[in-house]
Amino acid sequence: MKSAVVVFPGSNRERDMLYALELITGVKPHAVWHTERDLPDVDLVVLPGGFSYGDYLRTGAIAARGNIMPAIAKAADRGVRILGVCNGFQILCEAGLLPGVLMRNAGLKFVCRHVKLQVVNAETDFTRKYERGQVWNCPVAHGDGNYFTDTDTLARLEGEGRVALRYAEGTNPNGSLNDIAGILNERGNVFGLMPHPENMIEPLNGATDGRALFESVLEAVA
Amino acid sequence: MKARIKVTLKNGVLDPQGKAIEGALGALGFSGIESVRQGKFIEVELAEKDRTKAAAAIDEMCRKLLANTVIENYAVELDEK
Repeated sequence: MKSAVVVFPGSNRERDMLYALELITGVKPHAVWHTERDLPDVDLVVLPGGFSYGDYLRTGAIAARGNIMPAIAKAADRGVRILGVCNGFQILCEAGLLPGVLMRNAGLKFVCRHVKLQVVNAETDFTRKYERGQVWNCPVAHGDGNYFTDTDTLARLEGEGRVALRYAEGTNPNGSLNDIAGILNERGNVFGLMPHPENMIEPLNGATDGRALFESVLEAVA
Repeated sequence: MKARIKVTLKNGVLDPQGKAIEGALGALGFSGIESVRQGKFIEVELAEKDRTKAAAAIDEMCRKLLANTVIENYAVELDEK
């Protein structure tokens, strides 16, 4: 599987993501600077975590209007898998590739800890290597992860199985609606989540529960 | 032309920062506060002299970048300096 990680000024998890992708896919991913207007020919594009543009205006707002974004939107239209983690999720929402918005955490604090994630839908390209209902540990590190959208959109997300991951067992760290941790676009090829699966991939991390997310995409594009 | 733009959270959208400010004002001994909502204030200086064109440009800026209309409202005042 060929992949690319898009790097913005202020991204800071791109190395973790590049490392995880190479470890799991066996192929060295491309790193693409945000000023580029084209993407390499890849099966997966990842927007990594960080604080693009210092979170100025709103998290992800300025990165979402960057040079590379039209190419990402076009790739999404072609069915290329797009994954946004943390700031990447915020950017996908601001770019309109996913519905809703990530607001300031309800408790106002930056949260850096492990949460429990429940797999709500195990039939997606990003979760198919998990079991439905499976609960796994994953770290989060964010100040703006409080997912919000209007009632109609929320009902549609829930009704169409597009809430793939939820915070479980009272571990919602940010007050997100319906304990939402990760959502898909209508077509199912764009996925955004606040937690960091790329930091849960080898025994040194304490567990390897995040691997299955990348292995799901690997299987989906095979 | 100068545009003064107020970006505020829509009614019903939780404003944890407003809540924190409200709590801090209470802690300082200010009583009788019913609620606090916070937002953003943005000034944009425009070369455009035509009021209608300036208003249209600012509106587009608000929709495309300055406000996220999922959660925010915006209000614009135009001043001919």
